[in-house]
Amino acid sequence: MGRKTLTFFEDVGGLAILIKRVFLGLPFVFRRFRLTSEQMLLMGVNSLPLVALVSVFTGGVSAVQAVYQISDYVPMRYIGTAVSKAVMVELAPVLTALVVAGRVGAAIAAELGTMKVTEQIDALETLALDPVKYLVVPRFIAGLVMLPVLTIFADTIAILGGLGVSAVSLHVSPHVFLNGLQDFFKMMDLTSGLLKAFVFGSIISIIGCYQGFKTTGGAEGVGRSATRAVVISSGLILISDYVVASILFG
Amino acid sequence: MIEIKDVHKNFGENQVLRGVDLTIQKGETMVVIGRSGCGKSVLLKHIIGLLKPDRGKILVDGEDITSSNEGQLNKLRQKFGMLFQASALFDSMTVDENVGLGLREHTKMPEAEIKKKVGETLKLVGLSGIEEKKPAELSGGMKKRVGLARAIAMDPEYVLYDEPTTGIDPIMADVINELIINLRNTLAITSIAVTHDIVSAYKIADRIAMLYDGKIIFIGTPEETKNTDHPVVRQFIEGSAQGPIPAL
Repeated sequence: MGRKTLTFFEDVGGLAILIKRVFLGLPFVFRRFRLTSEQMLLMGVNSLPLVALVSVFTGGVSAVQAVYQISDYVPMRYIGTAVSKAVMVELAPVLTALVVAGRVGAAIAAELGTMKVTEQIDALETLALDPVKYLVVPRFIAGLVMLPVLTIFADTIAILGGLGVSAVSLHVSPHVFLNGLQDFFKMMDLTSGLLKAFVFGSIISIIGCYQGFKTTGGAEGVGRSATRAVVISSGLILISDYVVASILFG
Repeated sequence: MIEIKDVHKNFGENQVLRGVDLTIQKGETMVVIGRSGCGKSVLLKHIIGLLKPDRGKILVDGEDITSSNEGQLNKLRQKFGMLFQASALFDSMTVDENVGLGLREHTKMPEAEIKKKVGETLKLVGLSGIEEKKPAELSGGMKKRVGLARAIAMDPEYVLYDEPTTGIDPIMADVINELIINLRNTLAITSIAVTHDIVSAYKIADRIAMLYDGKIIFIGTPEETKNTDHPVVRQFIEGSAQGPIPAL
């Protein structure tokens, strides 16, 4: 068996063990909620400007693309429907997750990786403190909670972006846009996106933490772990997007 | 008492420990010397359960740390403090939070008492009034001393020192040596230090053990070490490139 295959199975096993330890450590969140709230701030609140920037243009582009694709055979009053469904079901959760994976996933891997190579994680253990409870569980909960929150924010900003572009460039009034959105809105549009965000949030935190924990080799190793965290999280986000969509809509 | 019995450890093809036997008596300071990369830190990490041996046992007060579950291990670890080579202070915490972490997590002490204890411990290592500083604001020597304060804040029975004088100037190194001696004399702490700093070893040790080729090849008092005829030990303490230890 090749070295890469062995590493792959080692990583799958390592991740499974980490996930099990995270679930066993969940009650710890209530004992030290400050650790989790700090991570929520870093992951959620501090990501808002970037998510807003991405979302407003996502909404705008969706409106322009929708007009280009459907204007010949679908009345323009349905542009709100097209934009809102594309945004809520797919674009907002996936793009928000990819942005957060780049921003927060890399930061988690780099921070924990630095702690690993400077023996801070060993130091926690020598103080009889479980690094998984202290470092992973708060980040996991923060990812789980904040990704859906950021996605709701992204939904809103992207729809407003679409509405703005429709009004200014495409001559579709906000009233018509919002009517189109309301007429065909299904709760499933929103909940499916939030369910995806929930899954993506877990992936970003767990992969970031796992890569951080297995860092070796000083500054170069920290950089490698951060890159790996982003690449693996992004891949898993896209794969799980397909899986969740297949389950919900297939 | 700590008993290390026939401990073996491999990292891939690399056999780091090949049957280490060593006993550390209560109240003594044992210094393990050896070349960089010979497995001294690996041995120290086995004693506190950060690494598990491939073979062999480590008994702490008669309890085998190598077969303990996580709960038993954490209980045993509360008997220990450890000073890391690069101090390993938590970057995101203040000095007060670093030193008081064990107390805040493992005791029901009121916050005011914890603050008092942290202040006293910092005073013991000669650093008063830096409680609110972050590790990034401290010099190398100060970090070592804060690391030492964190290691002794829980009044451990055993303190492990990983290269306590590496990376600091000779005067600060002597301050650290004095602190280690002082802790042994005042708090009756059993200490195990690993170092390649032979000056430090002579000063702080009750006994010196030399780790070479994955085994303990010599144990003796500082005086016996200075006068030994053992060719490997002689070459090491004289810092000579010529002798049985390959220079490269």
